[in-house]
Amino acid sequence: MAILIDKNTKVIVQGFTGREATFHSQQCIDYGTQIVGGVTPNKGGQVHLDLPVFNMVSEAVEATGATASMIFVPPAFVSDAIMEAAVAGIKLAVIITEGSPTLDMQAAKACANKYGMMMIGPNCPGIISADQCKIGIMPGNIFKKGSVGLISKSGTLTYEGANQVCNEGFGITTAVGIGGDPIIGLSFKQLLQMFEEDKDTKAIVMIGEIGGDLEIQAAQYIKDNIKKPIVAFIAGQTAPEGKRMGHAGAIISGTTGTAKEKMEALSEAGVTVVATPALIGKAVKEVLTTQ
Amino acid sequence: MNIHEYQAKQIFAKYGVPAPRGFIANTPAQALKNAQELGGKVWVVKAQIHAGGRGLGGGVKIVHSLSDVKKAATELLGMTLVTHQTGPEGKLVRKVYVEEGIKIVDELYLSIVLDRAIEMPIILALKEGGVDIETVAAKSPEKIIKIPIDPDFGYQGYQGRELVFALGIKDKREQYKLQNFVKALYNLYIENDVQMVEINPLVKTKTGSFLALDAKLQFDDSAMARHPEFEEMRDIHEENADEREASLYGLSYISLEGEIGCMVNGAGLAMGTMDTINYMGGNPANFLDVGGNANPEAVAKGFEIILRNKNVKAIFINIFGGIVRCDRIANGIIEATKTVEVNVPVVVRLDGTNAIEAADILRHANIDNIITATDLADGAKKAVEAANNSQGTK
Repeated sequence: MAILIDKNTKVIVQGFTGREATFHSQQCIDYGTQIVGGVTPNKGGQVHLDLPVFNMVSEAVEATGATASMIFVPPAFVSDAIMEAAVAGIKLAVIITEGSPTLDMQAAKACANKYGMMMIGPNCPGIISADQCKIGIMPGNIFKKGSVGLISKSGTLTYEGANQVCNEGFGITTAVGIGGDPIIGLSFKQLLQMFEEDKDTKAIVMIGEIGGDLEIQAAQYIKDNIKKPIVAFIAGQTAPEGKRMGHAGAIISGTTGTAKEKMEALSEAGVTVVATPALIGKAVKEVLTTQ
Repeated sequence: MNIHEYQAKQIFAKYGVPAPRGFIANTPAQALKNAQELGGKVWVVKAQIHAGGRGLGGGVKIVHSLSDVKKAATELLGMTLVTHQTGPEGKLVRKVYVEEGIKIVDELYLSIVLDRAIEMPIILALKEGGVDIETVAAKSPEKIIKIPIDPDFGYQGYQGRELVFALGIKDKREQYKLQNFVKALYNLYIENDVQMVEINPLVKTKTGSFLALDAKLQFDDSAMARHPEFEEMRDIHEENADEREASLYGLSYISLEGEIGCMVNGAGLAMGTMDTINYMGGNPANFLDVGGNANPEAVAKGFEIILRNKNVKAIFINIFGGIVRCDRIANGIIEATKTVEVNVPVVVRLDGTNAIEAADILRHANIDNIITATDLADGAKKAVEAANNSQGTK
């Protein structure tokens, strides 16, 4: 078991024939992901990576039965691509592209919600269900199969966290990089619920960062709804106020969004909060062995 | 991206957001000319820097004669203005804005920002102007009037009515003027990918008009590609030179106060590395994300920028290779040490894709200053120790 995606998930790639998309699609195929085709306007009818290319997402969905899409189009075209996928009946869109305007994402998310499509990202490493399916750009070999679910705003901290969990002798059910932009698709709250319901997941790692209040919302939700043990790290305790630390969303404004505030809220909700990502693996071991 | 007050007011004018009349000057003579052109008996000479708190810092002068306009401009131009937002080093004033003086009867606060919790723009207003909104938010949040606007439906009349009633404005003519004001401001916000627009204070004049006395505009950096006209408004003097230079090489750099330089891939891991250094008893000297394309030139530039900071006593390179292959980083480090004199210890932790090859490359290169680390905790610990034992850069 895993969440969101498994070995049966059929995936198309939007922006399929681009350089990055080509490289990462091949990596996903090598990992075992069922990529069934891709979309690049005006390249319909061609074959790329031994797979069919379509002009429109709707054609790709009809021909292949795909339910998920990995989006690699340039930043200015991301909201267009998301809306096309949603209207074409895609159920899960994973948006890798970084640097889309905030207002575009606001509109795209509203459209996705209306058509019942789940979104992961933008500006994220994607999703991986260990040994089953990878829709994203993470190095697959780090994610050994096991019993820990992982949710992270940051790409490289996803790898760091997963690597430590695996080095302690545990593995991963599914790891989801949700991205750190001001507006993102699925967030901690919804994913925590999915991991709570997944019978193979025994513990959850959540990695947040400064800015916004998703972690605070998650803390409130955890109190009432999540029984599985959670280990959390919030990046940016040492970040200065008001500075943009790489991610557009990581701005501390006034009293909201600080690492301290988020760590306290999570602690109060019964989460094991670690002060450095270097302690994630050890903390997971502790919560899983003291159960 | 931030722009100056006078630039924001130029955009206000296009959208029909009223503000006092004014002209920009970079010499006292020009300031005098501007005042003559404005006419009247009272003028305000305002230093143009990208920071709030200018009034308290002495950057805004109200004057009652033309000779005083010139005198105020002479004082302000070339002065280093220190406010609570500039940091102790302050900012050099290169331009002044000369505005007509206004008879004020009331001051308000008005801004539009993205509320991340509800994922839509929100109008924030206060009955008092000239106050620090963060302080109000912390001490008496109930005073803040909040009106969210769903961009799917746009600004509606009821939202304007809600605002004027909440502000206690009873005069129908005044209500009408303020509603038009806020409607124009919302249009400006939504059509220009504005991240934040703040008017503090928004003033009511003796004649019952509303004017933006100050103006702060911040654009969404991710949307600048579709607004080339704003790119021209960029004032590079207002940006940190090192941060700007780093960005030209695809590096994201922010200078901090500590003694351990950091070079990391990924923003989250970069912050996590800073936090780990702190946890181990040290202080990070910078945030530096080398991104996904760390080539030798970028790594060399990273070293160069880190080492410009004379507080740096050690460097911690922490790479978790995913897309970035560790062997390429290792080669980058070796190349960089040939072009940049690295005279502090460098702790290197390379994990993930091709980490074993990378370790071999570093070992065979035999570079004096390099200390290898096995994981994040080990690397941070060794960096703190190295910094404590090091003399720092000469």
